[in-house]
Amino acid sequence: MADYDHLLDVRDLHVEFRMRTGIAKAINGVSFYLDEKETLAILGESGSGKSVTAQAIMGILDSPPGFVTGGEVLFQGVDMLKMSRKQRAAMRGPKISMIFQDALSALNPVFPVGWQIAEMFRIHHKTNSSDAMKAAISLMEQVRIPAARQRFKAYPHQFSGGMRQRIMIAMAIALDPWILIADEPTTALDVTVQAQIMALLKELQDEHDMGLILITHDLGVVANVADRIAVMYAGRLVETAPVVDVYGQPRHPYTIGLLESVPRLDTKLGGVLPAIGGLPPNLLAMPSGCPFNPRCRFAVDQCRQGTPPPLESLDAKGTRFAACWRVADTAVVDWRVDEPVPDERVDDMGVDDEIGGWL
Amino acid sequence: MSEPIDPVSSVPDGAQDGLKPLAMPSITRRSLLLPKAPPPDGGVTSAGSAGEKPRSLGRDAWDEMRHRPMFWVAGALVLLFLLIAVFPQLFTAKDPTACSLDMSRLPPRPGAIFGNDFQGCDIYARTIYGARASILVGIFTALLAALLGGSLGTLAGYLGGWVDAVLARLADIFFSIPMLLGAIVFMAFMPLPPSAGMPQAVARIVIVLALFNWPNIFRLMRASVMQVKPQEYVLAARALGAGPGRLAMSHIVPNAMTPLIVVSTIDLGGYITTEAALSFLGIGLPSTVVSWGRDISNASGLGLIRNAPFMLLFPAAALCLAVLAFILLGDIVRDALDPKAR
Amino acid sequence: MGKYIVRRLLMMIPTFLGATFIIFTLAFTMPGDPLAGRCGQKPCPQNYVDWFRSFYGLDKPFIVQYLVYLGHLFTGNLGISNYTRNTVVHELAIRYPTTLKLALIAVLCEIIIGVTAGIVAGIRRGGFIDALVTVSTLVVIAIPVFVLGGLSQFAILKFNLNSIIPVTSNGSWRSLILPGVVLGSLYVAYVARLTRTNLVENLRADYVRTAYAKGMMPARAIGLHAMRNSLIPSITYVGASLGALMGGAIITERIFNINGVGSLIYRSINQRDGTTLVGAVLVIVVIYMVMTLVVDILYGYLDPRIGHE
Repeated sequence: MADYDHLLDVRDLHVEFRMRTGIAKAINGVSFYLDEKETLAILGESGSGKSVTAQAIMGILDSPPGFVTGGEVLFQGVDMLKMSRKQRAAMRGPKISMIFQDALSALNPVFPVGWQIAEMFRIHHKTNSSDAMKAAISLMEQVRIPAARQRFKAYPHQFSGGMRQRIMIAMAIALDPWILIADEPTTALDVTVQAQIMALLKELQDEHDMGLILITHDLGVVANVADRIAVMYAGRLVETAPVVDVYGQPRHPYTIGLLESVPRLDTKLGGVLPAIGGLPPNLLAMPSGCPFNPRCRFAVDQCRQGTPPPLESLDAKGTRFAACWRVADTAVVDWRVDEPVPDERVDDMGVDDEIGGWL
Repeated sequence: MSEPIDPVSSVPDGAQDGLKPLAMPSITRRSLLLPKAPPPDGGVTSAGSAGEKPRSLGRDAWDEMRHRPMFWVAGALVLLFLLIAVFPQLFTAKDPTACSLDMSRLPPRPGAIFGNDFQGCDIYARTIYGARASILVGIFTALLAALLGGSLGTLAGYLGGWVDAVLARLADIFFSIPMLLGAIVFMAFMPLPPSAGMPQAVARIVIVLALFNWPNIFRLMRASVMQVKPQEYVLAARALGAGPGRLAMSHIVPNAMTPLIVVSTIDLGGYITTEAALSFLGIGLPSTVVSWGRDISNASGLGLIRNAPFMLLFPAAALCLAVLAFILLGDIVRDALDPKAR
Repeated sequence: MGKYIVRRLLMMIPTFLGATFIIFTLAFTMPGDPLAGRCGQKPCPQNYVDWFRSFYGLDKPFIVQYLVYLGHLFTGNLGISNYTRNTVVHELAIRYPTTLKLALIAVLCEIIIGVTAGIVAGIRRGGFIDALVTVSTLVVIAIPVFVLGGLSQFAILKFNLNSIIPVTSNGSWRSLILPGVVLGSLYVAYVARLTRTNLVENLRADYVRTAYAKGMMPARAIGLHAMRNSLIPSITYVGASLGALMGGAIITERIFNINGVGSLIYRSINQRDGTTLVGAVLVIVVIYMVMTLVVDILYGYLDPRIGHE
């Protein structure tokens, strides 16, 4: 058996952006792990650092201004941050790969899509062009692009949004990676297409035995797909737990706020949907104490000063963690005010009820 | 300097007739100059501005420019040249047309710090007085081209249809004649009456340059208006019942103005150069008007360059500095309005 | 693609007619005797007056005059120079090779110096070379060609380099190097800035990040992916500048005393040789228009997003 605990183990990751206006600490000591074939959803608002975390893991941060200033990113027990640039590049594709939110801008506009998929084989395996082309066509078929052979030579702008994302996916799974990071893969797509893409991702994950890191702000997607959730706020991990636990009883006030703000089937028509007041903090001017305190209805004096609360284990199994001084109080909050039947809860979360139908 | 295909001011036509931009940055940059929705997840930069008021583009641009020394240098130079153009007598007591041949080609010395030219005129006085014609040509050409191109461009972009088609073809025609060439033909066949003074001489150049450069501004404005027109706030104003005239004047034009002003400022430098080039060729300003272009031309013979380089150097330096000041100012304003280009 | 070219050629017709019309109107319908001053101080010889009247159809209405002129144009007849009495076509034909050489040198400068400087500045954004390129291009843009020409002659004479780099030209390649560099200087600066801007923008593009995510090293991610996109505008700009350089040659050829099309235009202004002037200008306008078309087609070929279907 392998001599490592987790397939991917991120330990105390720090990232900062050095800009003219100051240093923005984008990631402040984030730790999490991903096991084989597992799906981890990283949840958070814009600017919470979830995309930066993904880019730091991949090693594709824009640098400058972005710098990884501390921590470890262990892939099968080996710290990727200590690798040479060349070794690191060789990891991307066969070990870890990534798909992006906007496939139109993520694909190079001046090369045919088939060529861009085939490029994976050519750079990593030095495959000759006709074999690479055959492999690329079979990948295009695998992600169900109709008439793959004919569309091999088409350019990205000639595809629809969903088809482009399929091409991105084909490219990402080309070398059968261990981990696929999907950064808001469905945000730019229509609702029905979203469901298809998520279904395809799930299916490919099973087929290829991949670990999946799903970065999203869409709680509906998370509920149906993820095994575990990690919630980020202002560059910190504020809560992480198995998906059922989080939806059952969120423990960080921010998570509670997020869940409350999702419209549900039982949300009263004409009623006011609860929202988290205020804005995320400016990374250049963080509030003292817990970064969430200005927006937190549980905040007490302890939260407003000193160091932010550490991420602490909440249960004996060691699967639930939250970074909040008031976890004792959040444990008794009923966030589902009119919650009818607990078991149907998850299905009510979002718009993706029909995912099952696509699977 | 000779042809108006500056990547900044040469402007793509709409997709409608398939004309491609000569220079890519002009589209991207122009679109950035236009108002738009707040950026999507920009990572850290958009991360948070809790408690801060939303800042306008103009305010942002001003803050950006304030901290750039080059902005103040360029601004001060522009002001200085304007001052010289309006009150040349503040800078020299000598008469630029009072020349005596026994002082011909005397080198710089105390009392005549730039020396004397071929005719024995004081080069410093001529350099000071030469500013007026150049600055006048630059400013008025920029204004006329902006007025002509701006209004026609707004009409074409806003009304579309056959108005747009006709105006766009018209712009194509003038665009197909390089400015310097068109001006040469124009000047050669429309000689000034010998009695004409400086106002007529300047007006003639202004009209000719504006005539051959308005298509640039036209295309820019047309594209801007087309881009602004479908924006949501315009649709909202329309939904609230604003009439077409009001809509154009109060919502579309002000928002499409920024690129127009920037490009006009940069082009202004080009007009000054083209005027000087025409005068250099002997068909721009008449010899009765003191101008840098003529003085440079008079100093440009090979023998003169070898023996009296100061005759060329000082008016040329003044011309370059004036052009540089306007281009620099326009460049800085554009960069400030376009954070992505930094 | 074929359809697009045909459509563009058709669209060129009104532009061409309009441009020739403007130049024709300017040149030949001014009030007064069109022959006044055309032959210097003396009155024109009768045979030239006769030729002139019939060539321009001066006894016919204005619009017919224009059509008559167009007819001559399409048969390749640009008239007769009233100075040399040669055909304008002949005058142009003996000078075009020189001007083309000059323009080619300028274009080579754009590609070699301009594109390279832009690439280096763009890749090392914020570095010393970037600052150097930014400042020097600005200076070059601000210095008019006729000043730069004079200054370069001054420098070469001052340092006695005249035997290596001649300051006047006899039409040989070597003697055209300095004029070509001077002529191209402005466009070199523009190309450098254009290349830099595009490269900087493309280096931050999402697809470059994708290229890294696919496991590429910078050499390929930048050298192939970013570069391919960044150079499209530069290449087309260089193409378009070839037409514009022909116009700019008027000043350069005058400074360096080159016997090309530019000097012909300059000479015909001074000698009031309107037939030659209009012929020479029209040919440049046509070249300019054709180059614009070529560039547009090239653009569509290089950038698949710009469909010409």
